[in-house]
Amino acid sequence: MNELLKIEGLTKRYSGNLFALNDLHLTLNGGEIVGLLGPNGSGKTTLIKLVNDCLYPTAGTILVNGNPLGPESKEDIAYLPDCTFLNESMRVNNLLNYYQDFYNNFDKDKAWNMLRDLGINQNARMKTLSKGTKEKVQLVLTMSRNAKLYILDEPIGGVDPAARDYILRTILSNYSEDATVLISTHLIADIENVLDRVLFLKQGQLVLNSTVDEIRSEKGKSVDALFREVFQC
Amino acid sequence: MPWDLDENRPIYLQLMERIEQDIVSGKYNPGDKLPSVRDLALEAGVNPNTMQKAMSELERDGLIHAKRTSGRFITEDENMIKELKRELAQEHIRAFIENMRQLGFDINEIPELITDAAKGGQSNE
Repeated sequence: MNELLKIEGLTKRYSGNLFALNDLHLTLNGGEIVGLLGPNGSGKTTLIKLVNDCLYPTAGTILVNGNPLGPESKEDIAYLPDCTFLNESMRVNNLLNYYQDFYNNFDKDKAWNMLRDLGINQNARMKTLSKGTKEKVQLVLTMSRNAKLYILDEPIGGVDPAARDYILRTILSNYSEDATVLISTHLIADIENVLDRVLFLKQGQLVLNSTVDEIRSEKGKSVDALFREVFQC
Repeated sequence: MPWDLDENRPIYLQLMERIEQDIVSGKYNPGDKLPSVRDLALEAGVNPNTMQKAMSELERDGLIHAKRTSGRFITEDENMIKELKRELAQEHIRAFIENMRQLGFDINEIPELITDAAKGGQSNE
């Protein structure tokens, strides 16, 4: 198994004494779909932003496919942030060209096909689309890259249950067998069946790293039920 | 439409049960080729690695076998399928008897209840 993501001693301290991440160690291999779970403020988005080089760590190291963060890691990672990040006045087909310019591993035909399946008008401007449709466009752009590590921050948060099913199918049918998909979400029950592994983050530390079936075999309960127990307020 | 899976038991076990059910019920015939792991995983709405694990377990049981490069096939051993059918039936019966006991029925009363239910009649009145 190749170590696709290797994180050691990762710490992020925001102003004052707020530790968003505190000495986090994590290694992910290729070929898995991994759920990054934790209550609000547990450090999920901070972790994702650090891996994508959007924030600087206070301490610790991150290697992506053996490389430190930089142009190589950005080539290897397809990142879907949890907010709208595209220029709202652009048309969908312009965005495809835009992505093709940015990323060597962007597969435009794949994107066309997915947009067609989803019934999204390629001439529409982003600002004319609903919130859910915008999220679908962003997901299509992200999943159309032949990346090694897909990092999806809340990909199903804003869409209806039917679209959620489609998005999960899109993820399942579009990641290559040696790629890894890291998904952060609160909608655990919706996503549980497609995950290999789940990570629980609590106050900036990893408190659980185990496969879904290990949890079910050992605890006799779903990941969703375990989450509610571990993070009971 | 994803397969109907319950949330407390390991997923791979439920996938195995579903495929066993499909073999016993004749959805797949002896010697039939199974869809690829990826296609089955998509159909079920589950992770391909989990489907792979279910397949490996079924292979270990001898119910399916892999042929190099050409995919996975249902066993041609019809006795094995009959045996599986019997086992599945027995599991259902054991669970049923347990439920009847909890309702307060004696084991000797059960056959009569079954006969009546099968006739579509009612045991009382």
